[in-house]
Amino acid sequence: MSLENRPKPVIDNWNRPFFEAAKNDKLLVQKCRDTGQCFFPPAPVSPFTGRPHWDWIEASGKGELWSFVVFYQSYFEGMKDELPYPVGMVKLAEGPFMLTNLWDMSPDDAVIGMKLSVRFPGGPDGLVLPQFGPEV
Amino acid sequence: MRDKVAFAGIGTTRYGSFPETDSYGLGCEALNIALDDCGLKPSDIDGLIVSRIPSYERFAEIMGINPQYCLLTETAGRFSGVSMALAANALYSGAAKYVALVYGNNGRSVRMRYGGGDSQWSPWGMTSPGAIHAMMWRRHMHEFGTTHADLGPVATAFRHHACLNPDAVMHGRPISLLDHDRSRPICEPLQLLDYCLINDGAVAWIMTTAERARDLKRPPVLLSGYARQDNFTYRTSPPDDFWYPSLSATRSVYDRAGIGREDIQGLGIYDNFSPTVLFSLEGLGFCKQGESGDFVRDGTLQLGTGRWPTNTSGGHLSDSYMQGWGIIAECVRQLRDDCGDRQIPNAQAMQYICATNIAQSAILRRAA
Repeated sequence: MSLENRPKPVIDNWNRPFFEAAKNDKLLVQKCRDTGQCFFPPAPVSPFTGRPHWDWIEASGKGELWSFVVFYQSYFEGMKDELPYPVGMVKLAEGPFMLTNLWDMSPDDAVIGMKLSVRFPGGPDGLVLPQFGPEV
Repeated sequence: MRDKVAFAGIGTTRYGSFPETDSYGLGCEALNIALDDCGLKPSDIDGLIVSRIPSYERFAEIMGINPQYCLLTETAGRFSGVSMALAANALYSGAAKYVALVYGNNGRSVRMRYGGGDSQWSPWGMTSPGAIHAMMWRRHMHEFGTTHADLGPVATAFRHHACLNPDAVMHGRPISLLDHDRSRPICEPLQLLDYCLINDGAVAWIMTTAERARDLKRPPVLLSGYARQDNFTYRTSPPDDFWYPSLSATRSVYDRAGIGREDIQGLGIYDNFSPTVLFSLEGLGFCKQGESGDFVRDGTLQLGTGRWPTNTSGGHLSDSYMQGWGIIAECVRQLRDDCGDRQIPNAQAMQYICATNIAQSAILRRAA
């Protein structure tokens, strides 16, 4: 199992800072200046106002498991060795949802509502894909 | 717009794997059946809506149709209902007199894959519509105490219907609750028998005004009401609300149609995955939120045993994956007494429900 074989993220003008920060073990989300609410995935404007009034902030990296699935079907050549693999839907402390894998734990131990925190173990092409596991 | 627009002709092809043709060929086949059904010719068609067929221009060219109203709609299944509403608006406003709606799908023979490819979440392996529904169903189980077994009566009822429908892909292949329980996991908590089929086929409807439909070959089926509420808040991650608020908003369909739930004999529910059937029943208020598992347990959705026979052709799970187009066609057929062994006795009105980010419901009824 290797994060290096993962499908590459599609980097665009909006999510580039997110992936750059992840290389330095930082989890960024955008925060709306007018409402104080955070949002993800990265976008040109705040979905709460439609205006380009936002700042990047470093998220706490903490959240709770909202739901999760376990893939048995193969969709990505580079992930065949990881089957069956979990994907968790994490509600970040800052509000937005993030989809991620469950790291340092077995999906058998996943319980909805459990506290999770982020890790930065690696990714394809020198990029880093944030992962979530039991809160540390 | 209550009862102003009607389904005048219906055409469905055979369903299966047909590498010798394509979505154009299948679409032409369905459209010819629909034209023959209502007694019209291609030259009578002055409105054309094409879906999942790559080019509306090429399709119109092939069929020799030069309309005054024409468009191509998105391939996502929620656009079957959207296309129906667009056609109804065009007819009601006078933009067209006879609209042909043609959907063609050769996903089976071109080995179409629903998942993979680049997306926001692909680096984490998150992909496919099935996984989105699996994520939602896991959360539903957590919030309401439902179980995977609650999906079994959905899958078995629709398969039972497919076994009554000689044209269904899964005709002659009955399944039990145990089969559902033991089917292989695809994306847990969902398993193979929670997933729709992938097959080739096409569906065509001819819609016109209720008045014009009276002069055509078959008894018109009226579009009595339609309601829609979109929610794109969760476009890139699974919704956290089971589309419950937007589905609830479409309960206005009863007022629009002037037809209450008690006056409806059967349902057509968009069943890309078995949980959407339960989300639909909860959202439209057939049972309380969280209680859909109990609601369907004793065969409520099954012909002969239940109050709410649903997807009597077998639906996407067991008849054919025609992305809502076939389910609406089946509602029309029920209201024309065309369904043979799977006919709902005395069907006067049918309700269609589609649980997606474009939540929709429609009520169709027999013309008096």
